[in-house]
Amino acid sequence: MTAVLPLATLASSLLTAAVIFMLPEQALRTRTALNLAAALVKLVLVIWMAWGLIAGEVYAVEFAVVEGLSFVLRVDALGLTFAGLSSLLWLFTTIYAIGYLEDSPNRRRFFGFFSLCVASTLGISLAGNLFTLLIFYELLTLSTYPLVAHRGTPQALAAATVYLRYTLSAGLLLMIGMVALQVLAGDLRFGQQEILAELGPAAHPWLIGLFWLLILGFGVKAALVPLHGWLPRAMVAPAPVSALLHAVAVVKAGAFGIVRLVYDVYGIGFSAALGVLEGLVVIACITILYGSLRALAQQELKPRLAYSTVSQVAYIVLGIGLFGPLGTIAALAHLLHQGLMKVTLFFCAGNYAEELGIHRIDELDGVGRRMPLSSLAFTIGALGMIGLPPVVGFISKWMLGMGAVQAGKPWVIAVLVASTLLNAAYFLPILNRLWFRRGPAHGVGAWPAERAPSRLETSAWLLLPALATALLSLLAGMLAGLPFSPLQWATRVVQQTYLMP
Amino acid sequence: MSPTPLHLLWLLFAPLALGLLAWVRPPRHSGWVLLAALPLPLVALWLLLGVETGPMAGRLALGPLTLHWRLDGLAASLWLLTQLLLLASALYAASYAHATPLRTRGYAWLWPLLGGLALGLGLIWIAADLLLLYAGLELMGLCAVGMMLLPGSVEALTAGLRYLLFALVGSLTWLLGIALLLGAWGRLDLAGLAAVAQPDPVTQIAVALLASGLLLKGAIFPLHSWLAPVHDSAWTPISAIHGALVVKASFFILLLLWRALLPEAIAGAWALGLLGSLAVLWGGVQAWRAVGLKQLVAWSTVGQLGYLMLAFPLLAGTSAAVALMAWQATWLQLAGHALAKAAMFMAAGNLLLSTGAHRLEGLTGTSRRLPLSLMTFGFAAVTLMGLPPSAGFTAKWLWLQASLASGQWLWVLVLALGSLLSAIYVFRVLRCSFVEDAPEPAFRPLPLGMELIALVLALAAIGLGLAAAWPLSFLAPAGVP
Repeated sequence: MTAVLPLATLASSLLTAAVIFMLPEQALRTRTALNLAAALVKLVLVIWMAWGLIAGEVYAVEFAVVEGLSFVLRVDALGLTFAGLSSLLWLFTTIYAIGYLEDSPNRRRFFGFFSLCVASTLGISLAGNLFTLLIFYELLTLSTYPLVAHRGTPQALAAATVYLRYTLSAGLLLMIGMVALQVLAGDLRFGQQEILAELGPAAHPWLIGLFWLLILGFGVKAALVPLHGWLPRAMVAPAPVSALLHAVAVVKAGAFGIVRLVYDVYGIGFSAALGVLEGLVVIACITILYGSLRALAQQELKPRLAYSTVSQVAYIVLGIGLFGPLGTIAALAHLLHQGLMKVTLFFCAGNYAEELGIHRIDELDGVGRRMPLSSLAFTIGALGMIGLPPVVGFISKWMLGMGAVQAGKPWVIAVLVASTLLNAAYFLPILNRLWFRRGPAHGVGAWPAERAPSRLETSAWLLLPALATALLSLLAGMLAGLPFSPLQWATRVVQQTYLMP
Repeated sequence: MSPTPLHLLWLLFAPLALGLLAWVRPPRHSGWVLLAALPLPLVALWLLLGVETGPMAGRLALGPLTLHWRLDGLAASLWLLTQLLLLASALYAASYAHATPLRTRGYAWLWPLLGGLALGLGLIWIAADLLLLYAGLELMGLCAVGMMLLPGSVEALTAGLRYLLFALVGSLTWLLGIALLLGAWGRLDLAGLAAVAQPDPVTQIAVALLASGLLLKGAIFPLHSWLAPVHDSAWTPISAIHGALVVKASFFILLLLWRALLPEAIAGAWALGLLGSLAVLWGGVQAWRAVGLKQLVAWSTVGQLGYLMLAFPLLAGTSAAVALMAWQATWLQLAGHALAKAAMFMAAGNLLLSTGAHRLEGLTGTSRRLPLSLMTFGFAAVTLMGLPPSAGFTAKWLWLQASLASGQWLWVLVLALGSLLSAIYVFRVLRCSFVEDAPEPAFRPLPLGMELIALVLALAAIGLGLAAAWPLSFLAPAGVP
């Protein structure tokens, strides 16, 4: 059992991808059924592993690729955090994508790479050493390229090229950094932090240099300023891809890589001793403020959300940089919270574009009347991003603030307050337009491109995932005290693995 | 039953016999011959398992001449790779002849030439003296030139004759080198030469001559100018086998000679490494600028061969651990690139055949209409870019590790730049295939076999990256002295 489960989890997406590529383009029903079945199976497998892990099971696969270089899959609580997020949101995003891409060309290619992309995020979360992590990290780059380029327009191709330029260079830096770490310390597994700590002071300058090299590599996908340039451009991709990129796969893979690097390769104590955490906090704060400011300047919906992602993902890095259990809890919880909220927002933005042809913010006047449910979901997501209780975003910010106090950096709270004000400044006008302005639904003007009205406000495939994730972000905030809420899981990870014995 | 020299002889000559048979019989009935060739890779595999206990070696006296041969794990692995790729190319060629009108006489000649190529390559892998190496090299080179001339078009003849000229000049310098060594040390077997030869000026000049001959035949920068035009007009299965194996054989001989005769010549090794670095950069830039798909693939061969040359500085005078890593990386890269390059030529040939395009821009819509061939191209490209999981990735990891561990930082830069360049030219192709708003060409249907053979090779290159430990286990004992 111990080796089967992680492999089966990986295979559930990899095989799906292979089968989808082999199916003919017209095999619509088979593909839909296969996609949904695979998403469900994977979710069940991940929950099963979480259950087993709590019961003390060990799930691991390992073999030597070359002497002294191993492929290691190993399930731990931290990895399952990310795996759980990706398998849960994959289910919703798959449902959404099926509805979104109805009657559009190249769906076989899309869903094939979509599955491959999720397989990569799973591989990243289950990887047990840097070599394995890198394998799936690069696979993620390769499998998202066709998704970003999907529409085949010059803008889409240009955005995909920019994306590759950033991520492939970053992958190269990561590889060099990882090889150098291996030269210094051998075939490191995650959780063997003591090996680096025991190298002695002579190695410290090297270790610090390599830390920043690796942060540079992970920071591109995590969209840390100034490495974020690819993200707003990648907005030309279809809405489900944006949702996947922002909430589940790409930026989260970068953030997760940083989490692994700090906690499981260097170790949080040793990182603090090397003095690299201060730098992380500063970078995170700059990214938070810069992302929010740029979001404020955007006049279109999706780019505004994109810059909001830049800012929000940096919260995770901020939490890592705050040395102390509360900061760590905040970082891990926000990894999950941001995913839920951001995926909701992108689903809704996609719904507006699909149903009414709306891309610009000033076209949103009165949409709340025409699409009340989508707008409700959007409102929940936006309020969560601002940090209003009882949505989960509040919990992230609260824990971050506590972490800042615990780490003796009260000035971080000022950054959080500033960021919250900025979040409000760019989300509240949207909510105002949605609900309180008069628009085409009230007989003023017309929608840019309205679809023929259906029974619901839009297709059920599009509406239900948005409502579900909105509900989850609300529940995760209100029921944060229950055993399997993101907050409690993050606390468990921190208690089991780090800091507290 | 353990392998005997007779089995070796059999494996050497069986492909040639089959090729001649196919030539005598009307070539449209080549199915039987292909069927008979199917077990050959298995025989090679059996040989490989047979030498696990220790290498086989021997000599063959032909009148005044004594020929030395030796079959170790490395030679047997390469032989297995050769048989696999030859078989794949032959199978592909049979489908190719159905899909496109080929000159009947030219097509008939393809088979004995393939057989001759198999014999030449087999001789090179097992040769342990310079004379046998020369015989193998000449046979391989002449068969390769012959195959390049088969299309019979003016471009093919021009490019092929230029190739012949280069190959002949290479042979001349090689003969001069042999003569010098024979004059100075009175023997031609490698083991004996390694024992008696001193790194004095005569040896150095002789090795320099041999090396320049090999650089010419192996299309190593700056002697690569014949390669791209030759591939431009050649038939796809021939390009595949040529890019995969023929150029590699010259590299193999060069490494063998260098390690036997001048193992401590650090400056020379660095010079070869620098040539390789320039090849990586120049090949990458030329592939970036290439107009046609086949040219792009051919230029990428020039660049990828450059990586192999990094073996010289990393093997010369470095610690045992570093040398082991470099040694493994070299053969992993060679095998991975051979599989991937054959797959890539075939996939590119499929794309060109189906779209009728000659320029990259003509590939519009292939991601929808020819997903399998494009996917194969992508898989092969993963190995060439050195992205995981693939043999190219694992090899690059080992090279980086060897470079960092030995403090030879320059190669890190070369590997990084080479990877970026290869990503640039590969994604030029993939990007064209995603374009939606351009007119699509008329697609010709392809036999499924042509697409599947290429796919299997590309997947093998990828799988080799994760399962590298098993094939590399054959190298370790015999490899690093």
